[in-house]
Amino acid sequence: MSSVATPAPAPRRRRRRRTKLQRRQTRLAWLLLIPALAVVALVAIYPLGKTVYQSFTNQQFLAGITPTKWVGLDNYHQIWHDPAWKHAIILTLKFTVITVSFEFVLGLIIALVVNSSFKGRGVMRAVMLVPWAIPTVVAAQMWKWMLDDTFGVVNDLGVRAHVLSHSHAWISDPSTSLGAVAAVDIWKTTPFVALLLLAGLQVIPTDLYEAADVDGASKLQQFWRITLPLLKPAILVTLIFRTLDALRVFDVFYVFFGNRLDTQTMAIYIQSTIIGDGNVGLGAAASVFMFLIIALFVVIYVTFMRVNEE
Amino acid sequence: MKHRRLLVLAGVVGAVALVTSLSVAAASSDKPARTHQAGAIAAPKVPNAAAIKKKYGGQKITFVGDSVGNGHVRDLALAKRFTKDTGIKVSVTPHPAASDAAYSQLARAFSSKSSSIDVAMIDVVWPGAFAPYLVDLKPKLGKQSKLHAAGIVQNDTIGGKLVAMPWFGDYGILYYRTDLLKKYGYSAPPKTWGDLFKMAKKIQDGEQKSNPNFAGFVFQGNSYEGLTCNALEWIASAGGGHMIDNGKATINNAKAATILDAIRAQVGKTTPRGVTSYQEDQTEHAFDAGDAAFARNWPYQYGIGATAGSKVKGKFSVTTLPHGAAGKPVGTVGGWQLAVSKYSKHKDATIEFVRYMTSPAVEKFDAITNSNVPTIPSVAKDKAVVKANPYLKPAIASVARVTRPAKFLKTHYNEASKVIYQGINQILNGTPAKNILPGVQSKLNQILKQK
Amino acid sequence: MSTASETARSVSRPVSRTVRLRRSPVGRFLWKVPFWTLIALIFIYALFPFYWALRSAFTPDPALFETPIQYIPHHPTLQHFRDVLSSDFFRRALLNSTIVAGSVTLISLTIGSVAAYALGRFRFRGKSPVLYLMLSMTIFPQIAILGALYTMFSGFHIVGPIDFPKLYDTEWALIFSYLIFTLPFTIWVLTGFMRALPADLEEAAYVDGATPLQVFYKVLLPLIAPGLVTTGLLAFIAAWNEYLFALSFIQSPGKYTVPVAITSFTGASGNAFQTPWGQLMAATVVVTVPLIVATLLLQKRILAGLTAGAVKG
Repeated sequence: MSSVATPAPAPRRRRRRRTKLQRRQTRLAWLLLIPALAVVALVAIYPLGKTVYQSFTNQQFLAGITPTKWVGLDNYHQIWHDPAWKHAIILTLKFTVITVSFEFVLGLIIALVVNSSFKGRGVMRAVMLVPWAIPTVVAAQMWKWMLDDTFGVVNDLGVRAHVLSHSHAWISDPSTSLGAVAAVDIWKTTPFVALLLLAGLQVIPTDLYEAADVDGASKLQQFWRITLPLLKPAILVTLIFRTLDALRVFDVFYVFFGNRLDTQTMAIYIQSTIIGDGNVGLGAAASVFMFLIIALFVVIYVTFMRVNEE
Repeated sequence: MKHRRLLVLAGVVGAVALVTSLSVAAASSDKPARTHQAGAIAAPKVPNAAAIKKKYGGQKITFVGDSVGNGHVRDLALAKRFTKDTGIKVSVTPHPAASDAAYSQLARAFSSKSSSIDVAMIDVVWPGAFAPYLVDLKPKLGKQSKLHAAGIVQNDTIGGKLVAMPWFGDYGILYYRTDLLKKYGYSAPPKTWGDLFKMAKKIQDGEQKSNPNFAGFVFQGNSYEGLTCNALEWIASAGGGHMIDNGKATINNAKAATILDAIRAQVGKTTPRGVTSYQEDQTEHAFDAGDAAFARNWPYQYGIGATAGSKVKGKFSVTTLPHGAAGKPVGTVGGWQLAVSKYSKHKDATIEFVRYMTSPAVEKFDAITNSNVPTIPSVAKDKAVVKANPYLKPAIASVARVTRPAKFLKTHYNEASKVIYQGINQILNGTPAKNILPGVQSKLNQILKQK
Repeated sequence: MSTASETARSVSRPVSRTVRLRRSPVGRFLWKVPFWTLIALIFIYALFPFYWALRSAFTPDPALFETPIQYIPHHPTLQHFRDVLSSDFFRRALLNSTIVAGSVTLISLTIGSVAAYALGRFRFRGKSPVLYLMLSMTIFPQIAILGALYTMFSGFHIVGPIDFPKLYDTEWALIFSYLIFTLPFTIWVLTGFMRALPADLEEAAYVDGATPLQVFYKVLLPLIAPGLVTTGLLAFIAAWNEYLFALSFIQSPGKYTVPVAITSFTGASGNAFQTPWGQLMAATVVVTVPLIVATLLLQKRILAGLTAGAVKG
C-alpha cells in the first residue's frame, strides 16, 4: 500500500485527498472487520434465523414421528396468555435490577480500593478474581450447601454471632428465595464488573489527580468531577453486558431451584419448554419474545449513550 | 514492550507448568475409580458364545451406558468379556450424569435417525417416549423377559411391543435408626404414616435437646422428578390411586389430599423447612450425619451408611415405607432398562449383547460389584447377593412396586411429571392440597388428550 | 509534594481545618482504619467460599455433613486430592479445557483487536450498526440457540462440493460457540480503549512512513495492553467455566472439559444420586489455584495504565 502520509496539503486539495483517503480508510476498515463479521454470520445469524422459523411451527424435540407443520402465530398466542411466562418476565426483571445495581456499587468500590496504591495491592487484585474463577455450576452447588438450613455454614455462623435468631431455609422459603439467589450471583459476578471498571480507572491519567490535589480539591470532589465522568464509557459498557447477562440468567437458578414454579426465569422457562416438555416450537416463540425484551434494553442503553455523548 | 510480553508468556507457562506438574505427580498412582468393597468377582462368561461368534463375530456396536464412575467401569468389564467371547466389538460411551442431558442425547440421536447408537441404557420412565424408535425385543428375548419382575416388564411393554429389557431396578425404602427407636421405647419401625409422624416427633423432641439440627423425617421434596416418586408412594400407599389410572388422571381425590396435607403439616415440624429443596443427596447427608431418625431414599444409601467411618454404621436398618390407614406399603420403581435402536445397523448382534447383559449371571455380577438391585427375583434371593445388599431382605424385596404413569403419557411424560412435582412442591411449601390438586388433574387430562 | 510548594500554599491560601486534620498523623491513621477494614471485608467476602471449598477438600467424606460444623477438619485427609489428581479422566479434562479456553482467548483477542482498530481509529459510515450487531450476539440465551447449533455442528451441505464439517464431539464445536459470548465484549471493551487513545497518535507514525498494519501492531497494540490482558483474562475464565455447550456438544469422556468432568464425578457408591463433595471441592481447588497464580503473575500487566510517557511521547 503506498504511503498515505503527506504533510498537510492546501485547503482546496485537502478536500479531494481526504475523500480518497476516506475511501481507502473505509475499505481497509471493512477488510479488518471481515473476520468478526464472519463469526457473527456463522454462529449467530443461522441460529437466530432457525429459531425464528421454528417459532412458527409445532416442532417437537423428539421429532421424526409427529410431522412438523406450520402453525402461524399459535405459539405466540399461547405464550402471550401463559401466566407462568408473565411471571418469568417479572422475576427476571426484578433479579436484573437487584443484581446489576448491587454489583455496580460493590464493583466500583472494589475497583477504587484496588486502584489505590497500598502494600499487598497485587494480592488483592488476584483475590478479587477468585469468585469469578470458580466454575458457576460448582459455585452454585457450594452456595446451596452453605445456605442449607441444617448443615449450612451461613446459618451456623449467623446463629453463633447472634445475627440470626434461628436457621432459615433461605432457598426453600419463597420469601427469601430471590434474595438468596441474587446474593450468590452478586458474589460470583462482582469481580467481572470490578475488573472492567478497574481497567477503565487505569486509563485515567494520574496527573489529573495531582493537578486537582494542587488545587485543593477533596477526594470526594475528585471522585465526582474527575473519576466518574472519565469512567462513564467503561461504566456503560460494563452495565450493558451485565444487564444482558442478568436477563439471560440460568445456571444459578437451575441448581438452586430446579423446575420450581415460582422461581422460573425466562431462560429456565424456555429450557423447561424445549427439553422438559419437548415443545421446540413453543420454546422458540418464547425465545423470540425474550430476544425482543433484551433488545429493548439495548435500545434504552444505546439511546442513553447517544444522549451522553452529546 | 519486550519485558511485558516476556512476563505474560512467563505467567502462562507458569500456570500450565503448575497444572502439568500436579498431574504428573499424581500420574504414578493412577488407579481406577474406587469400586465397592464387596468381593469383586469376574465378569461371567457368555453362554452360547461359539454360535454367536460364528454368526455375528467381527461386527461393531455402540453401547451408551452408565455415566462415568463405577457404572462405567462395570460396563467396560462386561463389554470386554463379551467381545472376548463372541468377537463382537462393543464400544462403550458413558451417558451424561444429569438425567436431562442423557434424555436429550438419546432424543437427538433418535430424531436424526442416527445409526451411531445401537443399544442404550434408558430410564424406567422413558420407554413410552422412545417406543417408536426401538426394536421389539419380544420375538428374541420374550422368554428371558419372563425371568424378570412382571411389573417392570409390563412397564417396558408399549402397545404390545417389548421395547426394553429390565436391567437393574430401584425402589423407595424407609431407613430408620435402630438405636434411637430402642432409646425411646419402640420395638418396631412404624407401619402407618400416622405412627411414623408420632415416633418422629417424640424422637426429635428428645434428640433436639442435645442436637438442635436433628429432624424426625427427611425425604426428597425438591421440585424435580424425585418428588414425583415420593408423592406416588404417599398417594398409592394411602389408597389414593396412582395419579393416572387407566388413562385418566385420578390425583384429585380425598385420600390423596389427606395424605398430602398430612405430610405438609410435618414440614417445619418434624421435617426441616428446607426439605422442599432436598434431593437424594441431602436426604442421605442428613441421615448419615446422624441428624434424622427416619429417611426415605433409594437402596444406594445403605452402602454409604455402612462404610467404615460413617456416624450411623451399625445403628440403622431398612424396612418398607409406611402406608395410610386404608392402604398397603409400596415403593416407586426406579432403575434402568436396555433398549435397541431401530436405526441400528447390527440389530441381531446387539440383541445378543442385551441377552447377555440381562441374564441372571450378569445381574448377579452387577448386584455384588455395584450394589444394583437386580430385576430378576431369583437373583435377588441369592445368598451372595443378599450378603452384599442387606436391604434385599425378603420382606422388602417383595414390596408392591408402583410405577410412575409414563405408559399413558408417551412423549409427554416429562411435561406431566413437571405438572405433578411443581404442584406437590407448592403443597409442601404451604398451600393446602385442595387448592392445588384440581388444577393438576385438569392439566394432566389435557396432556393425556395430546397424541 | 515538596515542602516548598506546601509552604507556598499555606501562605497564599488558608488551609481548612479538615484538611489539616486529615494531614496530621492522627488523621492519617484514622483514614487508614476504615480503608483497611474495607480491604479485610472484601477479602473475606471474596474468599470465604473458597476457604470453605478448601476445608471441605481436606475433610473426610463422613465428616463433611456432620453437625456441629467443623471449621477446621478434625482429621484432615489428602484422599480427595489423590482421587482427583490420579483420575486420568480429570487430567485429560484439564488439558482439554486449557486448549479450548486458550484457543478461544487467542482467537477473540486477534479478531477483536483488529476489529477494534477498525471501529476505534477509522472514520466510516456503519460503525455503530456493526457495534450493535456484535452486541446482538449477546442477546441470545444459550438454551435458545442450542438446538440450532447442534444441527449445525452435525454437519450439513452448503453448496456444491462445500460441506460444513461435522464438528460435534470435537474441540472446534466449543471454540466456535464460545466466540459467541467472548467476541462481543472483547470488541466493545477494546474499541473503547482504542477510542480513548489520543487522536493524533498515528499521524506521527504515518509521517515516518508506517503502514496501517504496522501502526496497529507497533503503536496501538502495546498501548491498549491493559485492555488486552483484561479481556483476555475474562474471556479465558468464561470459556474455561462454560457448562451447557460443553455438556451438549461433547460426547466422549476423553474430550470432556473441566466443568463437565467435575460434575461427572461419582462417589464411592458409584450411584448417580451421590455427589462426591470431597472430590468436587478438591477439584475446585485444583482448578482455581492455577488461575489465581496466573493472575498474580499477570496483575502488573493487567493494571499498567496509560502512563504519562505514552501521551507525551
